[in-house]
Amino acid sequence: MAEPSKENPLPIAGGAKTALPVTPPLVAAGAAATKPAAPAPAANASVPPSGEGIDRRTLLSLGPVTVSWVALAWASFTAAMALSAGALGRFFFPNVLFEPPSSFKAGFPEDYATGKVDERWKNLFGCWLVRSPDDFGRGPGFYVLSTVCTHLGCTPNWLDAENKFKCPCHGSGFRRTGVNFEGPAPRPLERFRIAWADDGQILVDKSKKFQQEKGQWTDPESFLKYG
Amino acid sequence: MFSKLWDNITESQIWKSIFRHGSPDTPRNQALAVLSNVFLHLHPARARKGGIKLEYTWCMGGVTFFLFLELTITGILLMFYYRPTADYAFVDMVALREHIPLGIMRELHRWGAHLMVISVWLHMFRVFLTGSYKPPREFNWSVGVILLTLTLLLSFTGYLLPWDQLAMWAVTVGTNMARATPFLGHEGPGASLLNWLAGENMQIVHAGSDVRFALLAGRFVGEATLLRFYVLHCIAFPFVAVILIAVHFWRVRKDGGISGPV
Repeated sequence: MAEPSKENPLPIAGGAKTALPVTPPLVAAGAAATKPAAPAPAANASVPPSGEGIDRRTLLSLGPVTVSWVALAWASFTAAMALSAGALGRFFFPNVLFEPPSSFKAGFPEDYATGKVDERWKNLFGCWLVRSPDDFGRGPGFYVLSTVCTHLGCTPNWLDAENKFKCPCHGSGFRRTGVNFEGPAPRPLERFRIAWADDGQILVDKSKKFQQEKGQWTDPESFLKYG
Repeated sequence: MFSKLWDNITESQIWKSIFRHGSPDTPRNQALAVLSNVFLHLHPARARKGGIKLEYTWCMGGVTFFLFLELTITGILLMFYYRPTADYAFVDMVALREHIPLGIMRELHRWGAHLMVISVWLHMFRVFLTGSYKPPREFNWSVGVILLTLTLLLSFTGYLLPWDQLAMWAVTVGTNMARATPFLGHEGPGASLLNWLAGENMQIVHAGSDVRFALLAGRFVGEATLLRFYVLHCIAFPFVAVILIAVHFWRVRKDGGISGPV
């Protein structure tokens, strides 16, 4: 507050009480002449009535604060433009999305056969649900693999006869666990969070992912023990 | 401090490459500010004081142009969400109101469209009453008549896009008039003459080949009509309108500025 009022050449009565910084070029130099019809007549006394060197029409007197009409106009214009720009930006973010939810109930564990890669959620939710007899020595249970190839983002196919995921774009191959073993893919397929829902169904939560190369597959949320 | 900053900006190469004249505080620079600006140069550098009297012009031309700009901007914004297909058109129109921020956007477009039709008529009415269509302005009057037609066509094609019952039947009724177009409509005068001339087994003008068919892309209002009206409404008609508006403004200036009270 101190600096702008120092630059403000207007002598303002009440000194320390000055509230708003006034930009220097927008306020003409010299003492303020009070506009007779200006609002807040009670505060007019605080502005010295010397009336030298300033056009009375350019000033708006609000008690101790003196703002020029031009400054007020530009400030309002800028504020209106900023509000419009903000509203316009907001326009591009709809309040309702028609996308599948990121987490879903995948049914009961008996719905899935042991040792099978299940493809029923591939198209809708983009994931494979695998019921494994033993996952990295953790015993039997479920894990969820993302259908996004870690090379360039295509969707691999599960080839049951060859016991592998094979990407049709550039030939990347992944084992049943999701670990890459051939082709250009640099890292294993990602796994999603899996848990029990309240009603005993399997809950798949795609909002949380686990990457093997970061050591995240050991996280208990990436594997659902069962059987 | 600010004036120094301002000087630094206005003396920079970037500023000087854009604005080829000094600050418009002399008559010469004021004229240059208008003449060296591609948008303003359509407008006369000087206007007679009497010619811009509100009680004389009603500012209806200016209001029409303002509404055209408003409709262009809101129209572009609506295009970000609207899909002109039978499955999506109506739900997208409802979603624009219910699911998307600034749900008033479609209403702004609709109100603007109604107002523009009114303001164009009032503009034409004023030009007629003041005799401003007389030489040397008769060409510009003709351009204005085409612009009036374009405004009505824009209004008509836009009316189908909500794809509700009102839109569908309004356009069905509206395009039925095209059946009666002389020679070009299959129910119009002259159509039977053309068909008689073509011979017994040749029907040139029928429901599948006349001007109404060209408008609807079918024998009745369907999905093909929706797409056709959408393209006409968003691209074709505004494209022609922008060109003619530029000509219209240019001719106002070339024909001696806005006509003033005698």
